[in-house]
Amino acid sequence: MAFTLYSLIQAAILCVNAVAVLHEERFLSKIGWGVDTSVGGFGDEPGVKVQLMTLVRSVRTVMRVPLIAVNAVCIVLLLLFG
Amino acid sequence: MDLPQQGYRATKPRARAAPPTADSVLFDDTSSAAPAMNSQGYYTPGYNMAGPQNDMQGGAGPNNMFADPMANAAMMYGSSLANTGKDMVNKEISKFMSVNKLKYFFAVDTRYVLKKLMILMFPYTHQDWEVRYHRDTPLPPRQDVNAPDLYIPTMAFITYILLAGMALGIQKRFSPEVLGLCASTALVWVIIEVLVMLLSLYLLTVHSDLSTFDLIAYSGYKYVGMIFTVLCGLLFGSDGYYVALAWSSCALMFFLVRSLKMKIIPSTDSMGTGSSAKPQFRLYITVVIAVFQPIIIYWLTSHLVR
Repeated sequence: MAFTLYSLIQAAILCVNAVAVLHEERFLSKIGWGVDTSVGGFGDEPGVKVQLMTLVRSVRTVMRVPLIAVNAVCIVLLLLFG
Repeated sequence: MDLPQQGYRATKPRARAAPPTADSVLFDDTSSAAPAMNSQGYYTPGYNMAGPQNDMQGGAGPNNMFADPMANAAMMYGSSLANTGKDMVNKEISKFMSVNKLKYFFAVDTRYVLKKLMILMFPYTHQDWEVRYHRDTPLPPRQDVNAPDLYIPTMAFITYILLAGMALGIQKRFSPEVLGLCASTALVWVIIEVLVMLLSLYLLTVHSDLSTFDLIAYSGYKYVGMIFTVLCGLLFGSDGYYVALAWSSCALMFFLVRSLKMKIIPSTDSMGTGSSAKPQFRLYITVVIAVFQPIIIYWLTSHLVR
């Protein structure tokens, strides 16, 4: 596999988009991956699932607005340069 | 009419004297000085040729070298602008990464580099793997052989790219794009590995004092093994390649397991119930990191030693 830096950026954008699209109440709670249910763990063992859910939620919160800009730029560049 | 002749000859030495003074100052505004030269006549050249040399020997500041206050003011403004730009760049960079922390990783000397390379290639005789501290701050690599550094990984990375270009050139498969492709592939693998390590350390709530730069350093040590492997493959053919691959993989796995065991797995059990992850997770992480190294070494070097 020969990677270029551009393919890394593309992969990163696609992954972050995928994480940002997961809706909290329509989808994740239905599966049982909601964050609000099992947050009260002050103990030392948050577990992998809770960590993952916290990570998904924080990525969604932080990257929502920058993703709009980055996706717009990416779309324009792809339209112009193929 | 030798007076104009003298005047003419007077201007010529002045023109030859102008370049030395132009070398010593950044810019020399000769447009206003030349008419003044011609009007003043023939006795000034002697004075002017001695003048700049006096200035250079006197070691006076840039202020005295300018006959023109406008140029003087322009140069002061320019230098202050450059200083402001430099401060701004430093401030912006220090928002992303702390430059002091980065300087810690490059504080190496020759003795450290030689010992570390020896340990990387033959770690089996090294006894003491503890990273030494000095009042809560880790010692810089100059004083502690076990401290991770970023000098060796950076140099090894660049050497690997050059060596890859040479190997491809020997097989007559070289073109400049291949070099860039090889460099970005290796860089992307390093980034992927560091991201996966960070992600796994976070998800399994392993609280260790491994910073991002530490992980980059430990992930970059495999380039030393890669260089050794590629060299042996070029010199001794396919058999030499596999032998060197086995040797450097074992050495690197041993090195990484011993080094990371100190940092990821708490050596003293004073944490006790406070340890946030089951100890087998920490062991799994260490072993997976170690096992990943030979795979990536093989992946990145096999196409070079066909």
